[in-house]
Amino acid sequence: MSDEALRRTPLYDRHVALGARMVPFAGWEMPVQYDGVIPEHLAVRRDRGVFDVSHMGQIHVEGPAQAELLQGLLSNDLSRLADGEAQYTLLTNARGGIVDDLIAYRLGPFHTLLVVNAGNREAAFAWLKEREIRGSEVRDASDEYALLAVQGPTAIAALGLAEAPAFTHAMGEVGGVEVMVCRTGYTGEAGVELMCAAEDAVELWDAIVGNGTTPAGLGARDTLRLEVCYPLHGNDITADTDAISAGLGWVCALDKDFTGADVLRAVKADGPERKLAAFVMDEKAVPRHGMPVVGGGEVTSGTHSPMLDCGIGMGYVPAAAAAPGSELVIDVRGRPKRAHVVKKPIYVKEES
Amino acid sequence: MAGAKSYPEDLKYHPEHDWARIEGDEAVLGITWWAQDALGELVHFEAPAVGGSVVKDEAYGEVESVKAVSDVVAPLSGEILEVNDKAVEEPESINDDPYGEGWLIRIRLSDPSEVDTLLDVEAYQAVVAEQ
Repeated sequence: MSDEALRRTPLYDRHVALGARMVPFAGWEMPVQYDGVIPEHLAVRRDRGVFDVSHMGQIHVEGPAQAELLQGLLSNDLSRLADGEAQYTLLTNARGGIVDDLIAYRLGPFHTLLVVNAGNREAAFAWLKEREIRGSEVRDASDEYALLAVQGPTAIAALGLAEAPAFTHAMGEVGGVEVMVCRTGYTGEAGVELMCAAEDAVELWDAIVGNGTTPAGLGARDTLRLEVCYPLHGNDITADTDAISAGLGWVCALDKDFTGADVLRAVKADGPERKLAAFVMDEKAVPRHGMPVVGGGEVTSGTHSPMLDCGIGMGYVPAAAAAPGSELVIDVRGRPKRAHVVKKPIYVKEES
Repeated sequence: MAGAKSYPEDLKYHPEHDWARIEGDEAVLGITWWAQDALGELVHFEAPAVGGSVVKDEAYGEVESVKAVSDVVAPLSGEILEVNDKAVEEPESINDDPYGEGWLIRIRLSDPSEVDTLLDVEAYQAVVAEQ
């Protein structure tokens, strides 16, 4: 894709002014880092950081039949949500593969908001739109919103917000801007994701950064999510991987019917042939996406963990090799490097 | 954090962003400020073994940041006399001080005439300016 085709969020000028290194990501020109991945990562673990994730997509699904439509297309059980609640869920295909992983926010009995990955915005929207039923309407509203994730142990207090349970949402105000306050995130820390009108994004960003929140880029977002084993669509989960093998059976309501549920029931009954395992390197080396696991398997995500100061990753390995403690050998550009499987998440925050 | 941008005048440079400090028939090798800045915070130096050899223009090791990995190219040929343990144990020292504490290896030159093919600081800065 040429540079001309890259899209920019409403905060592009702010990122450039802060000296961010801008990179292409899923068709967008996004900040990968400002001062450095490691200091930004540590800021989120120890204090707080703010991420511009306005590239993510927002899809409204409305109408008296919207719940019926989504129950048939999404893996999790939407009927368990009350207004003001949200859930992590999967848009599945007929093979049991994952079209996208997303968060569904129940706004009302006839209205659900889906926040989807930037790279899957068009695919997810098209998938849903083609399957609309009478009494449901699917609308891509991504360009109307900006989304800022404010994450870290001091995030909620610094924003002047009250504590609230995870996976809930409510309207609120931050820095004079009306926002939808979502108790969700992708870092394993306390925090919120704030959705606002695109034209209010700069005002909201300035208020958050102005109160001492560290701007954090996609680099830190990736190291943070991998330390806590949140899957990345396109790496760890794809249209060709199933939720059971990926360890996402907990978001699949197999007692209801949704696209691919029969395949997932069969995988669960037979036991997956391979599983998405988390691992820690025992030798100095950084595993990367696509590296082979010796004896079968492949690394789907890998990085250097700033908290553990060693290489970490996730990858599909034969089910027999997926138990915590199992020894793995990763082929790091031709050099065998030892690793061992750990229980997810890789990084567990110490109780303070 | 990374040290300030600099390209010392007493070094010889290779266009793949490596430097050499010539000391008689030996040379100390490392990567330039530009290289470490492009990679970001380094977390790993995959070092070669002492006693092995390096060949001019060929990779002898790798430096790796959180986000990326890059070959380290030898600006000169020779036998590896020493590997900087500090660069292995504390790769961030390569960011902090790429020409000092963050040096990578010391070699005995097998063909000192190769030095004449390297760039001086002005020529190297012209390479950087085109990046």
